[in-house]
Amino acid sequence: MTNSFGEFENAKLFFLIGTNMTEAHPVASYYVKRAKLKGAKIIVADPRNQALAKKADIFAQIKVGSDVAFLNGIMNVLINENLYDKKFVEENTEGFEELKATVLKYTPEKAAEISGVSADKIREIARTMAAIKPGMLCYTLGITEHTCGKNNVMSTSNLQILLGNMGMPSAGVNPLRGQNNVQGACDMGALPNVYPGYQAVTDPKNKEKFQKAWGVNNLSDKVGLMIPDMMASLPSKKVRAFYIFGENLARTDPNITHVEHELESAEFLVCNDIFQTETTRFADVIFPAAAWCEDDGTFTSSERRVNRVRKIKDAPGQAMPNWWIFKQLAKRFGHEWPSNSGQEIWDNELSQLAPAYGGIKFNRIEHDGLQWPCPNEEHPGTVFLHKDGKFTRGKGLLKGIEWTPPAEVADAEYPLVLSTGRRLFHYHTRTQTGRSGLDLILKEETADISAADAAKLGVKHGEYVKVSSRRGAVKVRAKVTDEIPEGLVWMSFHFSEGNANWLCNNVFDPETKTAEYKACAVRIDKI
Amino acid sequence: MDKKIFIDGREFAIDGTKTVLEIARENGIYIPSLCYLKKLGPASMCRVCVVEVDGIRNLQTSCSLMPTDGMKITTGSPRVIEARKMVVNLLLANGNHNCLICERNGDCELQEAAYNLGIDIPAFVVPEREEKDESAAFIIRDGNKCIQCGRCVEACNRMVVNEVLEMGNRGGHTHVICDNDLPMGASSCVQCGECVQACPVGALYEKKGVGKGRPWEIRKVRTTCPYCGVGCQQELHLKGDQIVRIKGVEGAQPNDGHLCVKGRYGYDFIYSKERLTTPLIKKNGKFEEASWDEALDLVANKFKQIIKESGPDAIAGVSCARSINEDSFYMQKLFRAAIGTNNIDHCART
Repeated sequence: MTNSFGEFENAKLFFLIGTNMTEAHPVASYYVKRAKLKGAKIIVADPRNQALAKKADIFAQIKVGSDVAFLNGIMNVLINENLYDKKFVEENTEGFEELKATVLKYTPEKAAEISGVSADKIREIARTMAAIKPGMLCYTLGITEHTCGKNNVMSTSNLQILLGNMGMPSAGVNPLRGQNNVQGACDMGALPNVYPGYQAVTDPKNKEKFQKAWGVNNLSDKVGLMIPDMMASLPSKKVRAFYIFGENLARTDPNITHVEHELESAEFLVCNDIFQTETTRFADVIFPAAAWCEDDGTFTSSERRVNRVRKIKDAPGQAMPNWWIFKQLAKRFGHEWPSNSGQEIWDNELSQLAPAYGGIKFNRIEHDGLQWPCPNEEHPGTVFLHKDGKFTRGKGLLKGIEWTPPAEVADAEYPLVLSTGRRLFHYHTRTQTGRSGLDLILKEETADISAADAAKLGVKHGEYVKVSSRRGAVKVRAKVTDEIPEGLVWMSFHFSEGNANWLCNNVFDPETKTAEYKACAVRIDKI
Repeated sequence: MDKKIFIDGREFAIDGTKTVLEIARENGIYIPSLCYLKKLGPASMCRVCVVEVDGIRNLQTSCSLMPTDGMKITTGSPRVIEARKMVVNLLLANGNHNCLICERNGDCELQEAAYNLGIDIPAFVVPEREEKDESAAFIIRDGNKCIQCGRCVEACNRMVVNEVLEMGNRGGHTHVICDNDLPMGASSCVQCGECVQACPVGALYEKKGVGKGRPWEIRKVRTTCPYCGVGCQQELHLKGDQIVRIKGVEGAQPNDGHLCVKGRYGYDFIYSKERLTTPLIKKNGKFEEASWDEALDLVANKFKQIIKESGPDAIAGVSCARSINEDSFYMQKLFRAAIGTNNIDHCART
């Protein structure tokens, strides 16, 4: 997030696209609703008429996968009606002419045809956003989980830059991260192209710095593989050993039949986990790990805040902290790592190597955490980025982006569009919530469909149906709800059996390698 | 000239931002209050926080009283004590406040008020009226302990804006209802628990915590929620190693005491009997227990063999977006420094 949760309550306008906060980030949604009570305007763009859409001042019920066209349509109005922030664009950005050339092709009428949102509503949104500033844009996986995910993200950034909604409180582009420490895992360099703190592995200076720090001379300057490419390399044995730490890829990745084939073909699979999962079944070795509450360390939240996580008990049996396991393995490669606790790793290693976290030390985050960048120990942390339009990269980049449809669209054989995500009462594959009593509230998956489609199919609410795609089929109950428009089916990936990933399309954004969880073609049959 | 007030003869500077109750509390002067909650602001419902002000005939509720220069306030005059006693006596009478078995015994604002006012036997008795509502997954409602302070209703409607709780009926029949007076478990309540955290007495409490520990046995530890990316700050209430309940940390960034159903109630998994407790090695298709040395040696030797035969890029790893930063840092260090590959990723983009 460029900005912070603390700014939500005082925001004047929210533009929420592809984010169902009420279920995926409930506490953030409280602040949005409170802002509304204080007079903020809320614009929601989503295929589903979800809880915040129902509270919105303007709800644009966009078709799945039409985001770029829809956003270009809004920007078309901003430029054509001279509503954009010319001063901000001239002083702080580059690429406006290129953006303009592309956006002018997306008249509100054209955007309406692709997105299903009327041209008048697109104009109303543009004018509202131009009139009420700053506005805060938030998105979640509705934007990223498409074959055009990167383009979707860049379009949200185009919109906010064009409006001058950057570098000030209650503004910015704010992706709400779905997992407690997905921000942190990125920050720590668990990415194939960067060392901790986003320092490129291809830059010789970084290589030299880390070689010196780690006392080695073999650091690779070749960018590594991303998850889908790792998995795709298992059957061919290009990747022979695969190490999965705390992820249940056999249920979280699209096209389960295919994923299980890949995992099965791994020559040697190692897992760290707290439970046996559908993924650990394929392992050759499983290391038992400490869970939340069994180790001291930090999580980094969506708002770049490094928060303390504390130990209250020992891990059961012989289970050990994950860092300890990695340290023991390194030792067998002849590496003696000095740290013996989360605090020593953070204070004495990570914060010395990654300048953005240099000023964050455990003794400074006993209470509230600190937000990076925080370069030195006197620095108070950074509540919002790009202050006064001074972008991290120099000039803010505007880029003309063309809309592309999802890889698989509805057709005669598979006439419905499936979109997927998280539900309030469970988390991912339920390894945790399924063992914490949340099944009392939600005990099985459903296929959420519209009343119109239910009538067409002759299916009643609560009846079992078969949902199938070109990749698989599941049997689940139909949930007939006014949240869903005609033509759409919505499911989650919480349950092993009715998991949407049996159906999802294993196609990926060419650059981010994020799968298109949000769009594939399915059919529903009455059982 | 600085403005000031006098509370029980002590002098305090005022800046126009704080109520009399807030000034008194900050300075260690005890005034009971039951409906007032800092983040909700004054409610002036329960009237137990009354004080006497020189020159004003009626007693004033200190939670909503903004001081003016020179104001003289008495917090413990016989008239004030009598009024408070009446309020607390009526509240005690209006339900079944049996502290013996109450989960909030020792952490109850009504009990504390009664104790401080020296009420040993409630002056009036009204028979029990309501059944407990145990229909919801995680929250129990005991209407017989409700003092109708309105905190839970305010919290539900103004803090989390879930708009489930409401004051139903009128007069002596007034009570808190869910939706159109449905059992909580059948209502639109999503069990965020905001109302439980706001409740000053034992009228709303956690089902999971029943019988698990008394307030004075509890050790409190602050930590960060393991679910979504908001980073809510939790206060774990522990008896020994066992989490008895979880509260949001009041005043903390970013959640100021708020949590959701998962953050408040999704904690049992750490105690599950299904936890992995020993390294496992698959032999002939079956997992067998192994020692750490055996398992670590096996993995290290296999990795070394693959590096020798196919190079370090024939090994790939996925880190965990749920575990602590320090774990991800060491996993990428293992891959980069010890193995020699950048084949390290996690579910960063999903």
